[in-house]
Amino acid sequence: MTDVMEKPVTQVANVPVNKENGKLRKVLIICSKGKLEDVYAALVMANGALMEGIEAKMFFTFFGLDAIRRKTADHLHTATVGNPSFMPEMPTVLAGLPGFEAFASYMMRKEMDKLDIPHVTEFIQMIEAGGGELYACKLAADMFHLTKDDFLPEVKDIITVGDMYALAEGEGTHIIFI
Amino acid sequence: METLVNTAIEFTAEGYLKNMDQWTPELARELAAKEGITLTDKHFEVLNWLREKQKEGVQLSMRKVGASGIVDIKQLYALFPGGPLKISSKLAGIPKPASCV
Repeated sequence: MTDVMEKPVTQVANVPVNKENGKLRKVLIICSKGKLEDVYAALVMANGALMEGIEAKMFFTFFGLDAIRRKTADHLHTATVGNPSFMPEMPTVLAGLPGFEAFASYMMRKEMDKLDIPHVTEFIQMIEAGGGELYACKLAADMFHLTKDDFLPEVKDIITVGDMYALAEGEGTHIIFI
Repeated sequence: METLVNTAIEFTAEGYLKNMDQWTPELARELAAKEGITLTDKHFEVLNWLREKQKEGVQLSMRKVGASGIVDIKQLYALFPGGPLKISSKLAGIPKPASCV
Protein backbone atom coordinates (compact mmCIF):
# COMPACT_ATOMS: atom_id res chain seq x y z
CA MET A 1 0.00 0.00 0.00
CA THR A 2 2.71 2.48 0.96
CA ASP A 3 4.19 3.03 -2.50
CA VAL A 4 0.72 3.73 -3.83
CA MET A 5 -0.08 6.01 -0.91
CA GLU A 6 2.78 8.31 -1.81
CA LYS A 7 1.26 8.91 -5.20
CA PRO A 8 -2.42 9.48 -4.52
CA VAL A 9 -4.80 10.26 -7.34
CA THR A 10 -7.38 12.98 -7.33
CA GLN A 11 -10.79 11.58 -6.73
CA VAL A 12 -12.78 12.87 -9.65
CA ALA A 13 -10.32 13.37 -12.49
CA ASN A 14 -8.26 10.32 -11.51
CA VAL A 15 -5.06 12.26 -12.11
CA PRO A 16 -1.92 11.19 -10.27
CA VAL A 17 -0.66 13.76 -7.82
CA ASN A 18 3.07 14.38 -7.83
CA LYS A 19 4.13 15.18 -4.33
CA GLU A 20 7.83 14.68 -4.91
CA ASN A 21 8.53 18.20 -6.08
CA GLY A 22 7.64 19.73 -2.79
CA LYS A 23 4.52 19.64 -0.74
CA LEU A 24 2.01 22.44 -0.45
CA ARG A 25 2.30 23.43 3.19
CA LYS A 26 0.68 26.81 3.45
CA VAL A 27 -1.65 29.04 1.48
CA LEU A 28 -2.02 32.76 1.85
CA ILE A 29 -5.33 33.78 0.33
CA ILE A 30 -5.81 37.44 -0.44
CA CYS A 31 -9.44 38.44 -0.86
CA SER A 32 -9.79 41.87 -2.46
CA LYS A 33 -13.42 41.58 -3.57
CA GLY A 34 -16.66 41.76 -1.66
CA LYS A 35 -19.04 39.97 -3.98
CA LEU A 36 -20.70 36.87 -2.62
CA GLU A 37 -19.09 34.52 -5.13
CA ASP A 38 -15.59 35.94 -4.71
CA VAL A 39 -15.71 35.83 -0.94
CA TYR A 40 -16.99 32.26 -1.00
CA ALA A 41 -14.20 31.23 -3.36
CA ALA A 42 -11.69 32.54 -0.83
CA LEU A 43 -13.43 30.91 2.14
CA VAL A 44 -13.89 27.53 0.45
CA MET A 45 -10.22 27.42 -0.53
CA ALA A 46 -9.00 28.43 2.93
CA ASN A 47 -11.24 25.94 4.68
CA GLY A 48 -10.44 23.26 2.11
CA ALA A 49 -6.73 23.75 2.74
CA LEU A 50 -7.17 23.31 6.47
CA MET A 51 -9.18 20.15 5.88
CA GLU A 52 -6.16 18.75 4.01
CA GLY A 53 -3.77 19.65 6.76
CA ILE A 54 -2.45 22.69 4.90
CA GLU A 55 -1.92 25.88 6.89
CA ALA A 56 -4.16 28.75 5.79
CA LYS A 57 -3.86 32.51 6.28
CA MET A 58 -6.32 35.01 4.88
CA PHE A 59 -5.76 38.68 4.13
CA PHE A 60 -8.77 40.85 3.33
CA THR A 61 -8.33 44.11 1.51
CA PHE A 62 -10.45 46.76 -0.18
CA PHE A 63 -13.98 45.51 -0.81
CA GLY A 64 -12.92 42.15 0.56
CA LEU A 65 -13.17 43.83 3.96
CA ASP A 66 -16.95 43.50 3.65
CA ALA A 67 -16.51 39.77 4.24
CA ILE A 68 -15.10 40.33 7.71
CA ARG A 69 -17.16 43.34 8.80
CA ARG A 70 -19.78 42.64 11.44
CA LYS A 71 -22.29 44.77 9.55
CA THR A 72 -21.88 43.24 6.12
CA ALA A 73 -20.43 39.73 6.43
CA ASP A 74 -23.75 37.91 6.24
CA HIS A 75 -25.30 40.31 3.74
CA LEU A 76 -22.96 40.09 0.78
CA HIS A 77 -24.46 40.49 -2.67
CA THR A 78 -23.78 39.24 -6.13
CA ALA A 79 -23.75 41.67 -9.05
CA THR A 80 -26.71 41.32 -11.39
CA VAL A 81 -25.63 44.21 -13.60
CA GLY A 82 -22.29 44.18 -15.39
CA ASN A 83 -21.89 40.48 -14.69
CA PRO A 84 -21.92 38.54 -17.98
CA SER A 85 -22.09 35.21 -16.17
CA PHE A 86 -25.23 36.04 -14.28
CA MET A 87 -28.38 35.05 -16.23
CA PRO A 88 -27.09 36.17 -19.67
CA GLU A 89 -30.64 36.35 -21.04
CA MET A 90 -31.71 38.84 -18.41
CA PRO A 91 -31.97 42.34 -19.89
CA THR A 92 -29.75 44.74 -17.96
CA VAL A 93 -32.69 47.10 -17.50
CA LEU A 94 -34.57 44.42 -15.56
CA ALA A 95 -31.51 43.21 -13.68
CA GLY A 96 -31.01 46.76 -12.45
CA LEU A 97 -34.51 47.13 -11.01
CA PRO A 98 -34.61 47.98 -7.31
CA GLY A 99 -34.58 44.84 -5.19
CA PHE A 100 -33.54 42.54 -8.00
CA GLU A 101 -29.99 42.18 -6.80
CA ALA A 102 -31.14 41.50 -3.25
CA PHE A 103 -33.51 38.84 -4.56
CA ALA A 104 -30.80 37.19 -6.69
CA SER A 105 -28.40 37.20 -3.75
CA TYR A 106 -31.09 35.72 -1.52
CA MET A 107 -31.71 32.93 -4.04
CA MET A 108 -28.01 32.23 -4.30
CA ARG A 109 -27.64 31.99 -0.52
CA LYS A 110 -30.62 29.64 -0.41
CA GLU A 111 -29.05 27.33 -2.99
CA MET A 112 -25.78 27.32 -1.04
CA ASP A 113 -27.64 26.43 2.14
CA LYS A 114 -28.92 23.32 0.38
CA LEU A 115 -25.34 22.33 -0.41
CA ASP A 116 -24.40 22.63 3.25
CA ILE A 117 -22.31 25.73 2.60
CA PRO A 118 -22.40 27.85 5.75
CA HIS A 119 -23.09 31.57 5.95
CA VAL A 120 -20.01 33.78 5.87
CA THR A 121 -19.78 34.30 9.64
CA GLU A 122 -20.19 30.59 10.34
CA PHE A 123 -17.67 29.75 7.65
CA ILE A 124 -15.18 32.12 9.23
CA GLN A 125 -15.75 30.46 12.62
CA MET A 126 -15.04 27.09 10.98
CA ILE A 127 -11.81 28.42 9.51
CA GLU A 128 -10.71 29.77 12.86
CA ALA A 129 -11.59 26.48 14.55
CA GLY A 130 -9.31 24.75 12.06
CA GLY A 131 -6.40 26.99 12.96
CA GLY A 132 -6.78 29.39 10.04
CA GLU A 133 -5.92 33.04 10.62
CA LEU A 134 -7.70 36.11 9.27
CA TYR A 135 -6.22 39.57 8.87
CA ALA A 136 -7.48 42.89 7.62
CA CYS A 137 -5.44 45.23 5.42
CA LYS A 138 -4.34 48.36 7.25
CA LEU A 139 -4.36 50.60 4.21
CA ALA A 140 -7.89 49.63 3.23
CA ALA A 141 -9.15 49.75 6.82
CA ASP A 142 -7.76 53.29 7.16
CA MET A 143 -9.31 54.29 3.86
CA PHE A 144 -12.75 53.06 4.88
CA HIS A 145 -12.31 54.35 8.47
CA LEU A 146 -12.64 50.91 9.99
CA THR A 147 -11.13 49.79 13.28
CA LYS A 148 -10.80 46.40 14.94
CA ASP A 149 -14.26 46.77 16.52
CA ASP A 150 -15.85 46.92 13.08
CA PHE A 151 -14.54 43.45 12.27
CA LEU A 152 -15.65 40.00 13.33
CA PRO A 153 -13.97 38.73 16.51
CA GLU A 154 -12.12 36.07 14.47
CA VAL A 155 -10.07 38.75 12.73
CA LYS A 156 -6.70 38.59 14.46
CA ASP A 157 -5.29 41.92 13.51
CA ILE A 158 -5.09 44.80 11.06
CA ILE A 159 -1.73 44.49 9.33
CA THR A 160 0.45 46.13 6.67
CA VAL A 161 1.35 44.59 3.35
CA GLY A 162 4.79 43.84 4.75
CA ASP A 163 3.27 41.87 7.61
CA MET A 164 1.13 40.05 5.07
CA TYR A 165 4.21 38.83 3.19
CA ALA A 166 5.70 37.73 6.49
CA LEU A 167 2.68 35.44 6.88
CA ALA A 168 3.66 33.72 3.65
CA GLU A 169 7.21 32.96 4.73
CA GLY A 170 8.42 29.39 4.70
CA GLU A 171 8.91 26.67 2.14
CA GLY A 172 5.88 25.34 0.29
CA THR A 173 3.73 28.46 0.56
CA HIS A 174 1.43 29.61 -2.22
CA ILE A 175 -0.26 32.97 -2.51
CA ILE A 176 -3.72 33.07 -4.04
CA PHE A 177 -5.24 36.39 -5.06
CA ILE A 178 -8.95 36.88 -5.51
CA MET B 1 -5.03 -5.29 -1.03
CA GLU B 2 -3.54 -5.57 2.38
CA THR B 3 -3.85 -7.93 5.25
CA LEU B 4 -4.54 -6.50 8.64
CA VAL B 5 -5.49 -8.41 11.77
CA ASN B 6 -4.96 -11.58 9.74
CA THR B 7 -8.00 -11.15 7.54
CA ALA B 8 -8.02 -10.13 3.91
CA ILE B 9 -9.37 -6.63 3.91
CA GLU B 10 -9.43 -4.55 0.76
CA PHE B 11 -8.47 -0.91 0.62
CA THR B 12 -8.56 1.73 -2.09
CA ALA B 13 -5.25 3.15 -3.37
CA GLU B 14 -5.60 5.94 -0.83
CA GLY B 15 -6.20 3.59 2.05
CA TYR B 16 -9.97 3.75 2.46
CA LEU B 17 -11.81 0.55 3.26
CA LYS B 18 -13.62 -0.82 0.21
CA ASN B 19 -16.34 -2.49 2.23
CA MET B 20 -17.40 -0.69 5.39
CA ASP B 21 -18.82 -3.91 6.81
CA GLN B 22 -15.30 -5.26 7.23
CA TRP B 23 -14.65 -2.57 9.82
CA THR B 24 -13.89 -3.52 13.40
CA PRO B 25 -12.73 -1.38 16.30
CA GLU B 26 -9.43 -3.31 16.24
CA LEU B 27 -8.93 -2.43 12.59
CA ALA B 28 -9.64 1.22 13.41
CA ARG B 29 -6.96 1.08 16.11
CA GLU B 30 -4.42 -0.36 13.70
CA LEU B 31 -5.18 2.20 11.02
CA ALA B 32 -5.06 4.96 13.62
CA ALA B 33 -1.64 3.85 14.76
CA LYS B 34 -0.41 4.38 11.18
CA GLU B 35 -1.66 7.95 11.39
CA GLY B 36 0.00 8.37 14.76
CA ILE B 37 -3.30 8.51 16.60
CA THR B 38 -4.26 6.52 19.69
CA LEU B 39 -8.00 6.11 19.66
CA THR B 40 -9.96 7.18 22.73
CA ASP B 41 -13.65 6.76 23.52
CA LYS B 42 -14.25 10.20 22.04
CA HIS B 43 -12.63 9.10 18.77
CA PHE B 44 -14.88 6.05 18.65
CA GLU B 45 -17.95 8.19 19.30
CA VAL B 46 -17.06 10.17 16.18
CA LEU B 47 -16.28 7.05 14.13
CA ASN B 48 -19.53 5.38 15.09
CA TRP B 49 -21.48 8.52 14.30
CA LEU B 50 -19.81 8.74 10.88
CA ARG B 51 -20.63 5.08 10.16
CA GLU B 52 -24.22 5.57 11.20
CA LYS B 53 -24.65 8.62 8.95
CA GLN B 54 -22.90 6.91 6.06
CA LYS B 55 -25.39 4.02 6.32
CA GLU B 56 -28.22 6.56 6.27
CA GLY B 57 -26.79 7.90 3.02
CA VAL B 58 -25.93 11.32 4.39
CA GLN B 59 -23.25 13.24 2.48
CA LEU B 60 -20.81 14.05 5.22
CA SER B 61 -19.12 17.41 5.67
CA MET B 62 -17.16 19.19 8.36
CA ARG B 63 -20.21 21.25 9.12
CA LYS B 64 -22.36 18.17 9.72
CA VAL B 65 -19.82 16.60 12.05
CA GLY B 66 -19.56 19.94 13.84
CA ALA B 67 -23.33 19.89 14.35
CA SER B 68 -23.39 16.25 15.48
CA GLY B 69 -23.44 17.16 19.16
CA ILE B 70 -20.45 14.86 19.70
CA VAL B 71 -17.63 17.23 18.83
CA ASP B 72 -17.32 20.75 17.56
CA ILE B 73 -15.08 21.53 14.63
CA LYS B 74 -12.14 22.54 16.78
CA GLN B 75 -12.29 19.26 18.66
CA LEU B 76 -12.53 17.35 15.39
CA TYR B 77 -9.29 18.97 14.21
CA ALA B 78 -7.68 18.10 17.54
CA LEU B 79 -8.80 14.45 17.40
CA PHE B 80 -7.74 13.87 13.79
CA PRO B 81 -4.89 16.30 13.10
CA GLY B 82 -3.85 16.90 9.51
CA GLY B 83 -7.15 15.90 7.93
CA PRO B 84 -10.15 15.97 10.22
CA LEU B 85 -12.76 14.68 7.79
CA LYS B 86 -10.51 12.48 5.65
CA ILE B 87 -8.67 10.74 8.46
CA SER B 88 -11.82 10.23 10.53
CA SER B 89 -13.58 8.78 7.46
CA LYS B 90 -10.62 6.49 6.80
CA LEU B 91 -10.60 5.26 10.38
CA ALA B 92 -14.37 4.84 10.35
CA GLY B 93 -14.04 2.55 7.36
CA ILE B 94 -16.27 4.69 5.16
CA PRO B 95 -15.42 6.04 1.68
CA LYS B 96 -13.28 9.11 1.10
CA PRO B 97 -15.44 12.18 1.75
CA ALA B 98 -16.61 13.91 -1.41
CA SER B 99 -17.42 17.21 0.28
CA CYS B 100 -15.61 20.50 -0.33
CA VAL B 101 -16.72 21.91 3.02
